[in-house]
Amino acid sequence: MQRLSLLLIVLMTPSVAGAADWRQFRGTSGEGLADAAAPTDWSDGAPIAWSAELPGRGLASPIVVDGQVIVSSSSGPAQQRLHVASFDAATGQQQWDRQFWATGRTACHPTTCVAAPTPASDGARIFAFYSTNDVVCLDLSGNLLWFRGLTHDYPNASNSLGMASSPVVVGDTVIVMVESDADSFAAGLNVETGETRWRLERPRKSNWTSPVVMTDETSGRSTVLLQSADGVCAIDPHSGEQVWNYPDGASTIPSSVIVGEMVFVPSNGVTALRAGRSNPGVPEVVWNEGGLQPGTASLAATDSRLYLVNSGGVLTCANLENGSRLWQLRLQGKFSGSPVIAGGHLFIFNQEGTGFCVQLGDDKGAIVGTHEFGESFLSTPAIADGAVYVRTDGHLWKIAQP
Amino acid sequence: MRILQLCGLIVGAGVWLSAVAEGAETEELLQQIKSVGPQGEGHRAAQRALRELMQADAAALLPILEACDDANPLAMNWLRGAFETLADRTLASGGELPGTELEAFVRDRSHAPRGRRLAYDWLCKVDPSAPDRLIPGMLDDPSEELRRDAVARLIAAAEQAAKGGEGDAATQSWRKALGGAVDEDQVNLIVAGLKEQGEEVDLVQHFGLLTEWKLIGPFDNKDMKGFDVAYPPEKELSFQSTYEGQLGPVQWQPYRSDKPDGLFDIGELVFNHKGSAMYAASAFSSPAEQVVEFRLATPNAWKLWLNGELLFAREEYHRGMFFDQYRVQGKLKPGENVLLFKVLQNEQEQDWAQDYEFKFRVTDLSGRAILSSDARRAAQSTSDSTKSR
Repeated sequence: MQRLSLLLIVLMTPSVAGAADWRQFRGTSGEGLADAAAPTDWSDGAPIAWSAELPGRGLASPIVVDGQVIVSSSSGPAQQRLHVASFDAATGQQQWDRQFWATGRTACHPTTCVAAPTPASDGARIFAFYSTNDVVCLDLSGNLLWFRGLTHDYPNASNSLGMASSPVVVGDTVIVMVESDADSFAAGLNVETGETRWRLERPRKSNWTSPVVMTDETSGRSTVLLQSADGVCAIDPHSGEQVWNYPDGASTIPSSVIVGEMVFVPSNGVTALRAGRSNPGVPEVVWNEGGLQPGTASLAATDSRLYLVNSGGVLTCANLENGSRLWQLRLQGKFSGSPVIAGGHLFIFNQEGTGFCVQLGDDKGAIVGTHEFGESFLSTPAIADGAVYVRTDGHLWKIAQP
Repeated sequence: MRILQLCGLIVGAGVWLSAVAEGAETEELLQQIKSVGPQGEGHRAAQRALRELMQADAAALLPILEACDDANPLAMNWLRGAFETLADRTLASGGELPGTELEAFVRDRSHAPRGRRLAYDWLCKVDPSAPDRLIPGMLDDPSEELRRDAVARLIAAAEQAAKGGEGDAATQSWRKALGGAVDEDQVNLIVAGLKEQGEEVDLVQHFGLLTEWKLIGPFDNKDMKGFDVAYPPEKELSFQSTYEGQLGPVQWQPYRSDKPDGLFDIGELVFNHKGSAMYAASAFSSPAEQVVEFRLATPNAWKLWLNGELLFAREEYHRGMFFDQYRVQGKLKPGENVLLFKVLQNEQEQDWAQDYEFKFRVTDLSGRAILSSDARRAAQSTSDSTKSR
C-alpha cells in the first residue's frame, strides 16, 4: 500500500509544462499560438494522419497532454451522459473512456451542447468542465480524483442557451466562470481536492467567454482576467481577490488574448490594456480600435500581430502596437471555433466543414490550403508536436505531415 | 486424516474471515464515498476511500453498484468513476466481469435506475447478446435510459413494418412504443407514425400537461422589479378576492389552453403585458402522498409554490424554451394540492423576446405522466364511453 501511495503521489504531482502539450483552450499559454511548426502543405488537402470516432456531441477543443489527446463529449437524448476520453496521439487508438452523469441542467440551444467548454490540464490531472457546471477531475490514466457539481451546489447557476466558458489552471487552482442571468460567479477550486478556495460573485449576465492568464515576466506572478459584459476584472488566482478592474464593458462571446504584459479585449471594438505602470491597481488603456469587430471566434496573436475573424468570415490582421488594420482576407462560411497559429500559418475550421490553412504575411494573408471534412466544426483546434488536432461532434482528426 | 480435515477447516475459516473483513472494509470505503456533499464536503475522506477502492478486484463491482441505491447525485459519479476503473482494469488484465451477477442486478428493478444502467452498459461490453435478452422487457422500466432503448426497438420495428406495407403490424408497434415513451423526440416519431396509419395521439394526455389554470394579473414587473415582490396571491389564495394590479383591479379568471402540445400561452390567452407578472393556480388531486417531478418549460422568469411552499424560483428571461427544461421535485399530499406559478415578462423589444408562456406537467421521477385523480377519472370516463361506442 505504501508503494501504491508513493505512486499516486508521483502521479498527482503536477509536472513541468511539456513543450509538446496543448493543455487548455487556445493552448497552454492561452494565446492560440504554438511554439512548434504545424503541417502547412495542404496542396492535396489536409494531410490526415488518423481519425477516431467520438460519441454524442462536443464543441470542446481537444487538449494534448503527454502524448494523449483528451476530448470531452456529451451523449444521450438530453445529453445527460458526460464523457472524457483519451486517445494515443501517435496512433489515434482510444486509451480510455470515462462517463459520468450530469448533475446540472442539460437544456441548451440546439447549435451548442453540454460538452462545450474545453478541458484543462496541469500536466498530471485533467479538469473536464461542462455546460451543466459539472467538473470532473481525472488523472492521466482516467482514474477519478474528484467530482464537483456546481449547479447541484448553486441550483440557479445555469443558462438555458447553454454555457461555454472553459477553465484555466494556475498553479494549484483551477478557475471556472459560471456566469448567467440567474446566478453568476467565478470559483477557484483546489486542484488536489476539488474544494472551493474562493467564490466570487460576478455580474448576473449571460457570458460565454473564458478566463485568460497574464503572467508577469519579471515576478512570475500570474493574474487571471475575467471578461464579462461589465468589462474585465483581474484577480489573484489563489485568493480570488481583485487586482484591477476595467469597467468599460466587453463582449460576452469572443475571449481576450494576452501577449506579454498586454491583454487585447473585445471591448468597444478591440481595446489593448495593461496593468497600470504607476498604479498596478488601475489598468491602462494603451489603444482602442473601434473598427476591429470580432465575431464569435476569439482573438489570436503573435508577438507583433493580432488576428480576428468577424461575423462575415473575414480574417483581419492588425498591428499589435496600435491596432491599425494591416490586411484582410475573406474566408468562407461561419466561424464559431477560434483560430490558432503555428509556424507563420493560421488554422481555422468553419461550420460548413471546411478547414483553412492561411499563410500569414506582413502585408497580406493567403489561403494555402483547404480541406472538406463533411462535418460541421464549432470547435477550436489544438496544435502539439507538429500536428493539428480538431474535432466535430462525431470525429477527432489528427492533421500531420506523413 | 483428522489433522488434514482440521487444516482444511482452518484454511476455509481463514478465507471466509478474510472475505468478510474485505467486505466490511469495502462497505466502509463506500460509506465514505457516499458522504460527499455540496461545496466539496467530505472530499478528502472520499478521495482516500476512492484510491483504496480502486485497488480492489472485481469482487467490489457489485457492492459499488448496490451503493448507488442510496447515493446522492454527486456520490453517484464518484461511485461510477470507481466502477469504471475497476471494470476497465479487470478486462484489460484478461479477467472477467461477473456477468451473471450484473444481469441479475440489471433485472432487479428495486435498484437505482442509474446503477442498473451502469451495470447494463458493462454487461453489454462482455455479452453482446444482452440487449436482445433484456431490453424488450423494459418498456415500463423505471430507468429512463433502459426504457428508451425498449421504445427505440419498437420504433425500429414499426418503421420496418410500415416500409414493408404492413400497416397493422406498424400500428401495433407504434402503439406499444407509445406506452413506454416519455422522451419528446421518441414521442414525436411515434405520433407521426401513428398519424400515417390514421391515428391521432392526445399529447396533452400522454405527457400529463396541465392546461387548465386560473390566472390573475398583471402585476407590476417594470424594470424586472416584480420578481421579489410578494403580490397578494403569494400571501393568500382567495379566488374570490379582487386586488389592485398593474393596470387596475384584477381578479382570478379561469383559462384553458386548447393547443395540441399543451402550451399555455399567456400572451395569447390574456395579453402580452410588457413588464408584468401573472399568477397561475391549479388544483392537483393525488390519491396518496407521493414524490413527483414538476417538469416545466418557459422562456420567462418564474416561481413555483406547492401548497404554499416555495419550491424553486428562477430569474432568467428569453434564453430559450425546451421540453422538460426544468425538473423540480415536490411531495404531493393525499387529496387536493394547490400549485401556484408566478410567471414574469420583461420589457425586451426584440422579436425573439416576446413569448409569455409555459408548459407544465407532473410526472414520476422517470418522466411518466402523473394525472390528477380528477383528470384520470375524466380520462377513464372518456375512454369507457369511447369503448362503449
